Amino acid sequence: INSEIHDFCHLKESKEMEDKVTSPEKAEEAKLKARYPHLGQKPGGSDFLRKRLQKGQKYFDSGDYNMAKAKMKNKQLPAAAPDKTEVTGDHIPTPQDLPQRKPSLVASKLAG
Amino acid sequence: MGLLFLSKHLPVKESQPGVPKTPADIISTVEFNHTGELLATGDKGGRVVIFQREPESKNAPHSQGEYDVYSTFQSHEPEFDYLKSLEIEEKINKIKWLPQQNAAHSLLSTNDKTIKLWKITERDKRPEGYNLKDEEGKLKDLSTVTSLQVPVLKPMDLMVEVSPRRIFANGHTYHINSISVNSDCETYMSADDLRINLWHLAITDRSFNIVDIKPANMEDLTEVITASEFHPHHCNLFVYSSSKGSLRLCDMRAAALCDKHSKLFEEPEDPSNRSFFSEIISSVSDVKFSHSGRYMLTRDYLTVKVWDLNMEARPIETYQVHDYLRSKLCSLYENDCIFDKFECAWNGSDSVIMTGAYNNFFRMFDRNTKRDVTLEASRESSKPRAVLKPRRVCVGGKRRRDDISVDSLDFTKKILHTAWHPAENIIAIAATNNLYIFQDKVNSDMH
Repeated sequence: INSEIHDFCHLKESKEMEDKVTSPEKAEEAKLKARYPHLGQKPGGSDFLRKRLQKGQKYFDSGDYNMAKAKMKNKQLPAAAPDKTEVTGDHIPTPQDLPQRKPSLVASKLAG
Repeated sequence: MGLLFLSKHLPVKESQPGVPKTPADIISTVEFNHTGELLATGDKGGRVVIFQREPESKNAPHSQGEYDVYSTFQSHEPEFDYLKSLEIEEKINKIKWLPQQNAAHSLLSTNDKTIKLWKITERDKRPEGYNLKDEEGKLKDLSTVTSLQVPVLKPMDLMVEVSPRRIFANGHTYHINSISVNSDCETYMSADDLRINLWHLAITDRSFNIVDIKPANMEDLTEVITASEFHPHHCNLFVYSSSKGSLRLCDMRAAALCDKHSKLFEEPEDPSNRSFFSEIISSVSDVKFSHSGRYMLTRDYLTVKVWDLNMEARPIETYQVHDYLRSKLCSLYENDCIFDKFECAWNGSDSVIMTGAYNNFFRMFDRNTKRDVTLEASRESSKPRAVLKPRRVCVGGKRRRDDISVDSLDFTKKILHTAWHPAENIIAIAATNNLYIFQDKVNSDMH
């Protein structure tokens, strides 16, 4: 009986090892889920695609800004996330968030 | 593999080490014309630079047709969509050459929203000896004119003139990712994330929508169009790739709206291997028909695949570009590198395929010998007329002297855009803001 249990333990161990060895992807997925437990259930789904479709800086829109201000009233206006430029429903760009004006165009360095 | 490369050309004004790179200089597309005589590059600042291959001279046999700047112009300007408060980037997403039909060259260049047709002409003669105007162009005093002369054409220094002939605007709500000229040389298509339009080269005020995958409810959106191309010979066929890794071959003879594909190319996925990253890394970033028209080449995050048009079930060949990244997917997702869109290319005879990678590496796969090579596009390893040394990424285990370890790869140095001369073994590699042109040494010795 001892040898049977011994064999069973070996089997379980090798299966776990196999999982790790055959799927570095799954190990990476576990890492990601550990860091971001709230990551959406549909990874390639709507949120990710919608972000892709909406590429481009959203600028200050006074209409949006004033409507949001009216809605919020006493609450604090949510500030822009410093790193991500993702536009969510609650984020209203403020004049402080506007990117600097683009520099003037110069000739391409490839053209010599 | 029989391919030795030597570095032929580096940009005239190289970026100084320590000086911050101008984002506008980042090359965003590279394309040879149909003869390979011209090479066009587009950049993030909306500029196009065209290089021309110098004819080989008998006096200098070593300067085997080098590429020099031929023309440069501002193709697109930054714009602003006031309705949506969105900035429209001037970055050139794609350039496609039209087949040459007369002395002029024409190309299509596109940013996210607008496609433009540019005509490039040469002027090497100018008329002299006008009757009413003098040399500076001022009107002559008619009383001084005593005889009539016929103006003659005199040679002048070559002047290359570029003018925008057509502007195809307002055709796309979403961002244009591809353009492709039809083999009929009269029409072309433009594809954005959700729609594909067919244009006539001479008509700018209308286009036909031929594919529309926008769902009625945007909440139901599951995939987008990532690339598309017309078949090189059959003017009725085109292919488009999706973010889910599938390819759809469409026949314009079947229906006006090609939402229903004629063929669907999809590799079945092993459900036990599925992870959070599966769909993202299966997204096809580029699709290219072979010159023969028989095969398609696709690039997804980790592989390049060759598909036979006659077989929808799976690709006939799969090549690993950088499989060692599979154990880095978590950090590549965090720094957004997992969304990088690499292009792929065929050589003229469809026997070798090429694609870019990180650390300024690019890879070539010989379909016949099944051998592959990793090369580097960098100033240090590319002295003029130096032969490129194969590089190796080591994944642990035995490590050779010049190997690079996976952890020391520079993920900011990505080669997204590459092009192969249509007939010869000359390749153009865009490494951020530098353009490298490599030529096969073996070939040039044969002259």
